Amino acid sequence: MTEADKKTGQWETLKKVFRRLGKYRIFVLISLILAAVSVALTLYVPKLAGYAVDYIVGPGKVDFPGVFRVMIQIGICTLVTAFAQWLMNICNNKMTYQVVRDIRNEAFQKIEILPLKYIDGHPYGEVVSRVIADVDQFADGLLMGFTQLFTGIATIVGTFGFMLSVNVSITFVVVLITPVSFLVANFIAKRTFSMFRAQSEIRGEQTGLIDEMIGNQKVVQAFGRGRQVTEQFDEVNERLGRAYLKATFFSSITNPSTRFVNSLVYIGVGITGAFAVVNGSLTVGQLSSFLSYANQYTKPFNEISGVVTEFQNAVACAKRIFDLIEEEPQPEEPESAVELNEISGSVQAEQVDFSYVPGQELIRGFNLKVEPGQKIAIVGPTGCGKTTLINLLMRFYDVDRGSISVDHVDIRRMTRRSLRAGYGMVLQDTWLKTGTIRDNITLGRPDAPEEEIIAAAKASHIHSFIKRLPQGYDTWITEDGGGLSQGQKQLLCIARVMLCRPPMLILDEATSSIDTRTEMKIQDAFAELMEGRTTFIVAHRLSTIREADVILVMKDGQVIEQGNHESLLAKGGFYKYLYESQFAMTGQESA
Amino acid sequence: MRSLLVYLKDYKKESILAPLFKMLEASFELLVPLVMAAVIDVGIARGDRGYIIRMCAVLIALGLIGLVCSITAQYFSAKAAAGAGTGIRHALFEHIQKLTFTEMDTIGGATLITRMTSDVNQIQAGINLVLRLFLRSPFIVFGAMIMAFTVDVQSAWIFVVVIPVLSVIVFGIMLVSMPLYRRVQERLDQVLLATRENLTGVRVIRAFNKEEEERDRFESANQALTDTQKFVGRISGLMNPLTYIVINGGIIALIYTGAVRVDIGRLTQGEVVALVNYMSQILIELVKLANLIITVTKAAACGSRVESVLKIVPDMKDGSEEWQSGAERQTDKAENLSEETAVPAVEFDHVSLRYKDAGGDSLTDITFRAMPGETIGIIGGTGSGKSSLVNLIPRFYDASSGRVKIFGKDVRAYRIESLRAHIGVVLQKAVLFKGTVAENLRWGNEDAAEQELEEALEISQAKEFVDRKEGGLGFQIEQGGRNLSGGQKQRLTIARALVRKPEILILDDSASALDLATDAALRSAIREMKGNPTVFIVSQRASSIQYADRIIVLDDGETAGVGTHRELLASCPAYQEIYYSQFPKEAAND
Repeated sequence: MTEADKKTGQWETLKKVFRRLGKYRIFVLISLILAAVSVALTLYVPKLAGYAVDYIVGPGKVDFPGVFRVMIQIGICTLVTAFAQWLMNICNNKMTYQVVRDIRNEAFQKIEILPLKYIDGHPYGEVVSRVIADVDQFADGLLMGFTQLFTGIATIVGTFGFMLSVNVSITFVVVLITPVSFLVANFIAKRTFSMFRAQSEIRGEQTGLIDEMIGNQKVVQAFGRGRQVTEQFDEVNERLGRAYLKATFFSSITNPSTRFVNSLVYIGVGITGAFAVVNGSLTVGQLSSFLSYANQYTKPFNEISGVVTEFQNAVACAKRIFDLIEEEPQPEEPESAVELNEISGSVQAEQVDFSYVPGQELIRGFNLKVEPGQKIAIVGPTGCGKTTLINLLMRFYDVDRGSISVDHVDIRRMTRRSLRAGYGMVLQDTWLKTGTIRDNITLGRPDAPEEEIIAAAKASHIHSFIKRLPQGYDTWITEDGGGLSQGQKQLLCIARVMLCRPPMLILDEATSSIDTRTEMKIQDAFAELMEGRTTFIVAHRLSTIREADVILVMKDGQVIEQGNHESLLAKGGFYKYLYESQFAMTGQESA
Repeated sequence: MRSLLVYLKDYKKESILAPLFKMLEASFELLVPLVMAAVIDVGIARGDRGYIIRMCAVLIALGLIGLVCSITAQYFSAKAAAGAGTGIRHALFEHIQKLTFTEMDTIGGATLITRMTSDVNQIQAGINLVLRLFLRSPFIVFGAMIMAFTVDVQSAWIFVVVIPVLSVIVFGIMLVSMPLYRRVQERLDQVLLATRENLTGVRVIRAFNKEEEERDRFESANQALTDTQKFVGRISGLMNPLTYIVINGGIIALIYTGAVRVDIGRLTQGEVVALVNYMSQILIELVKLANLIITVTKAAACGSRVESVLKIVPDMKDGSEEWQSGAERQTDKAENLSEETAVPAVEFDHVSLRYKDAGGDSLTDITFRAMPGETIGIIGGTGSGKSSLVNLIPRFYDASSGRVKIFGKDVRAYRIESLRAHIGVVLQKAVLFKGTVAENLRWGNEDAAEQELEEALEISQAKEFVDRKEGGLGFQIEQGGRNLSGGQKQRLTIARALVRKPEILILDDSASALDLATDAALRSAIREMKGNPTVFIVSQRASSIQYADRIIVLDDGETAGVGTHRELLASCPAYQEIYYSQFPKEAAND
């Protein structure tokens, strides 16, 4: 990307920010006016104080009416300024936090309609950090920074004007010396950049180590490696300490240096100003206001240089958020999309082609005809693409060519809602939401009566466990199920489906984490559930597979054989090989 | 936050010198208005250009000295902050090493990681700022007051009134907003949680058509966050206007008393300018202070999070007994002839275990003995307490009642390090670390010779695939063992436990990813191992434990049966159920 491209990119991003600010343009306007007012008045006070000084020349030579007038003026200015500042703060707050809220809502809405392809293809942490950290940084840097920048510039312009109105030649002294502080700040920033980079590299290394060791604390303890691991940590830690010292110290020279330059400005004003007073071209009061202007004029320069870096950073953050918000959503449902309410459960795939990555064909010319109530077992070695079929059936992904239909309606021509409501799904990779156990079981039927919830839990053999928990069904479980074992989580997911009893089922290794004995116990409940329901089962266990009406044998993403147990064995192909190597000996799962 | 200050202890010199130099700098800054007053009252009044130039030279000198002082202060504060940050990280890391499994379960690794990284970084930034600026600002404020007294006592009283009023405003707002900032953080956590869940659970949420509800949930969490943020914003937004009013009120009062005092000849014009300057200096410092307060508030919040970890006192008391090797025990026994029976390697005596905050027992009244050299199989359903049982042997948890004895002594009597050094544990989750195969294996025993590593690999059936890897023992394993398959990882974790030549070996469902033939080969290799360890095998596969000397069948935390495969198959219904679910009757009868 060239410099120019980057610039236009930044500009594009800013335009998007402004568009979102549009809703609050009245606040922006008020805020700008208030900022201008408060800056102007703040600057006017030193000038007034200067007048006052000129009224107080010496013993017996004090113009009291003049002093009183100035005092009242300062008083009024102060009150108005304070009020303006307060209102401005409120406006800025409202505007900033509401824009942030809007953007977060937008981002979340997008997450809900993003194609699975995006979500599967991006680490969760990355997306989360866009919605959380990037938005925060953007708010801090761009919105707050914007007001800072505005007041800063207004202060510079205002002070410049006031100084000119007092004395032209001294103003030039100020204007000439001030840029020096910029140069100094730049000089230091360039030299410390590499130190900061070194620091963040070491920090990354340390975080990796912490992640590895604390994340696997139990193993570390089991082997009594605490001491060695701590030594290893200390080595990195020491290095980080040194890098931090270097980067922090050298960058912190900036402030005193620029402050020194500022004091040079102050002295410059002092000398030229004092000479001017001696010559009679300036009053003492004017000199005093000049001295405070000199102080005020230089300050925003220091702040602005800080704001500029933050500003760039904020634009980068904003860009990442907008990239997410503008991501292509899943195809919209056509107006004519059918709402299927009574699904009988016939499923048909015709000449389906599919690939995750264009050009790398995965499924090709796949055909399948399932009658209502049939059981379809999907078998094959790990990584053969069993999950891909589920992705297509649930329409998490769309087929590239051909069609999949339910009850003879192409699933792309019905609402996603009604298609998915037709399926009950238990995945190997169990997911529970933060909430109570009850919330989790009733996910598909929030209004289910208590007896049915308990019945579903009993059928899944998880009821007695739940009852033993301190708060029973109202026990709060945290993200990823906290204290529950993998098997217990899976049983909860089964209870969830037992409760809503949809016309079609997808069971992806639904009992992989459950021990054989419990599994046998819930087998009856499963059999009853599957009765009359079209069921797709990814399984390892022989008994399940043998009973299936159709067995799909998959390998390397392709459905290579299709038939029932006997016909496939008779065929002597890959299924026979799988059967003999995996099941024949013991009839139990491996993998 | 207070107890974290200990980590500045080694940086006493720096922690004192940094503010000190900062104050020196501030003192020189405070002299500036006085010099300017002299310029006005002497130089200008007399039209003495030479004096004016001399005074300005003095100002430049003051500025230079200030620069040097300030840079020195920055150095010391950066050094103290670096040292304290390093110290806190070290202390945290070391402390976490001492936490027990129970505590790790309650706290969770994820939070510990954030506390060690971003929280400590915030604290470090906080310390650096405090040392540099938090003392400087009050110093300037009070310094300005003292300087005012040197100029004119009566006018200075205005400072005495203004400063407390300012402090009340600044600290009052700070006190009110600090807990609110914490609430903002909590609300933000909720927003984060909702976002994360919708990514991790995307399939389930869409399958159950929960998108709309989730959107409502997110938006209400988001609105709650926004409301709190706006509320805090309104409160902290009062700071600037209020302080501005107070300061300018002070300036008005100064002008008035100044006018009166000048009129009666007690004050000069230049001195009034100096007094007004001092008041303005206070304002500038306050603005800086207000900005700092936010950073420091955050740092303090992080500090208390870190502290809460450091405050956890491990709930397990270490014992003092050293482990005796097999040979030592032999001689002991010889001396102690009265002891007739052999001492069991592991003995459970009416042991129950209830995890912290759990509603019920995970193990109830378990009693058994394992003699040295025996192989004990443990089988049972999901959540039946298999892992809980073996976790008591290396004292990962303490029994809630009953006693666990290792070679006749209560497990709590042993020094934990010494106990664990003689027990080889292979946990359910196969975890390897970044580094070479050899480095990983030497976790078992740092001094193991290459020959010993090879032996362990051979027993764990890992030799063949390790030899095929580039570099063999020197093969680089990536973080989390990403570049190995599940079965390879399991075999290496077993080898790691074997390298220490344990007297007790625990395999907690650690061969689940191995195919049956490898599993069988592994078991027979372990049986033939030198040293003849006592072995515990936890498994869901009946085939893995079938040949054990004794099998313990667990059901819901209770012993459903103890005996050999034959005995249990004849008498234990729970065992029969498990066995026949895996070996259909007709196959088993072959």
